[in-house]
Amino acid sequence: MSAVLEIAGLQKTYRSRKGVRRALDGFDMVVESGQVHGFLGPNGSGKTTTLRTLLGLITPNGGTMTLLGREVPAALPEVAGKVGAIVESPQFFGPFSAKDTLSLLADAGGVDQRRVFEVLELVGLRDRAKDRVKTYSLGMKQRLAVASALLKNPQLLILDEPANGLDPGGIREMRTLMRNLAESGMTVLLSSHILGEIQLICDSVTIISAGRRVAAGSVADVLARHSSTSVRVRVESDLDMPVAAEALRAAGVQVQLEPDHLMVRNVDKPGLITRALAARDLYVSELAPVTVDLESVFLELTGTAPVDGQNRQVDQSAMSPAQGAWGQ
Amino acid sequence: MSLFKAESRRLVKRRFTKWLVIGSLVVLAAIAAGVFLTNQKVGPAQVAAAQAEADRDYQQALQQAATDRQQCEAAKGTASAQQWPSDCADMYTPTPDNYDYHGYMPSTFEFAKTFKVMVTTLAAIFALMAFVIGASFVGAEWASGGMMNLLLWRPQRLKVLGTKLVALLTGLAALTAVTLVAWTGFFWLVGKLRGTTTGMTSGAWQSLALTEVRATVLVLAAAALGFGLASLGRHTAMALGVAIGVVVLFQFGLVTVLSLAKVKFAEALLVPYWVAAWMDKSVKLENWDKCNFSSSQGCEPDTLTITWQISGSVLAGIIVLVVGAAMLTMRSRDVT
Repeated sequence: MSAVLEIAGLQKTYRSRKGVRRALDGFDMVVESGQVHGFLGPNGSGKTTTLRTLLGLITPNGGTMTLLGREVPAALPEVAGKVGAIVESPQFFGPFSAKDTLSLLADAGGVDQRRVFEVLELVGLRDRAKDRVKTYSLGMKQRLAVASALLKNPQLLILDEPANGLDPGGIREMRTLMRNLAESGMTVLLSSHILGEIQLICDSVTIISAGRRVAAGSVADVLARHSSTSVRVRVESDLDMPVAAEALRAAGVQVQLEPDHLMVRNVDKPGLITRALAARDLYVSELAPVTVDLESVFLELTGTAPVDGQNRQVDQSAMSPAQGAWGQ
Repeated sequence: MSLFKAESRRLVKRRFTKWLVIGSLVVLAAIAAGVFLTNQKVGPAQVAAAQAEADRDYQQALQQAATDRQQCEAAKGTASAQQWPSDCADMYTPTPDNYDYHGYMPSTFEFAKTFKVMVTTLAAIFALMAFVIGASFVGAEWASGGMMNLLLWRPQRLKVLGTKLVALLTGLAALTAVTLVAWTGFFWLVGKLRGTTTGMTSGAWQSLALTEVRATVLVLAAAALGFGLASLGRHTAMALGVAIGVVVLFQFGLVTVLSLAKVKFAEALLVPYWVAAWMDKSVKLENWDKCNFSSSQGCEPDTLTITWQISGSVLAGIIVLVVGAAMLTMRSRDVT
């Protein structure tokens, strides 16, 4: 499989009166051909800056980027016809209709006008194509944005939060569309906050935090790398919980006492738990391995899990104190 | 070419452009109708009527003068004598020259003499329209995010902005040219039906054609200026704000202050003088605070002549500066 998108050591620094902020701090990413690749990161982590830089809207301070094997931004005019993209919220000139909007883009990009009707049909806007965009809901504008990205029939589709504003049916349609596009050979780079969706439809992911890559690979690999062999244990009586914890610690495992259960970590063989507890006449009522999902991995890697009694600021994430804050 | 076609279509499709053009054409139509209705053809009958009216007024004035003189003579030696001159022979006596019949002639449209003013009128209205259309054409694109979409399709910033500008100028040049042809044709008809078209020699036509070319250039310059300013600020309001700022600060504020301070030729800061210099080939400003005495002419003021070449050079300089700055920022500034 060949890479259609490669980013290495990408840097972008913003200077203002408040100081210097490194939006991208040596960021790396690789997207293989034919995959649906998830691009995850908390607010302000550099996702949109990365996409804008990749698409020539922002000039980087360092690093290299290639799209479809060509170095960008130098070769962007040559590859732009094969890359469809929406960046951030959908933005269109309100007084024009969807049909006019796409038709003008088709003219600008030298695309056959018949393609306009095809993509309007594809995203479900056929019957509202002649309505002015300013009468559209956010979800409809989102569909139009996807239609504009698909208009070129691109090899690489870059979508920034495409599910924003979509109703549950729309999200499912979008998911199906992504999968169908990938099956037809199109590579899709998908930036989203809906981690359940990413886990469902993406083959691989890159997680960014404070302008740096903190994880990358296939979804299964990332989950596997960050899953621990934790087991949740309950005994018949909650009153026995401290004794059970002591018994397990004596057996050489890490135990965390929670209000109604024990969290046992780094246990290769759950049989060790039952044996240790049975030896003290304590009987297990629940023994469940703790599975990790993408959300928990994301929260762990980016350090953005909510903490009771604390209000997290947008720039607070993994590595942010050293690199991401204003005034460094 | 496809980008030019797209931008030309975008320009024409915009409702704002359509309404502004229609509004400007309605204003021009109202002016044209007014000129048509307030002028009439002059023939021997109108001349005779004017002469008769002038003669009637002259006779009335003579009678009034004679009555006044009699009252003056009668008042001598009385208390009311002070109301009259000491020598009643010094009293004003009207002459036929004071009642020239030309002053009694109805208004008639002389194409050769008046049409250039109408061209300037069209140029001023269209320049205002072009400034706003130019500003909105790029400003609304930036504000709505349309420009970013376009740059995702055509990631060649200077080419995109340049093509937009060329499409704008081409569209406005075509509109101005067509309107000027219709304007000329209409007022030629007004001259035929409500005045005269005499005096239109080949030289006069050539001069008129050059005036119309200058009018077109003025319209395009206004469009480029609006486009450049809105492009610099990435919003239509930037251009309109600068325009209002220039009017308030320079046209009213600064000129008033400089005039109060008796600064020479303060009115040289007024845009209308520069437009007039461009359209009428020159404008002469006079400073009556200065007296250049000569035995033959008496007191003569200092003068400053702004020629169309000077005015054109200044206009070109401003356009190059603004559009150049817009291009530079387009190339270097991030699209966020």
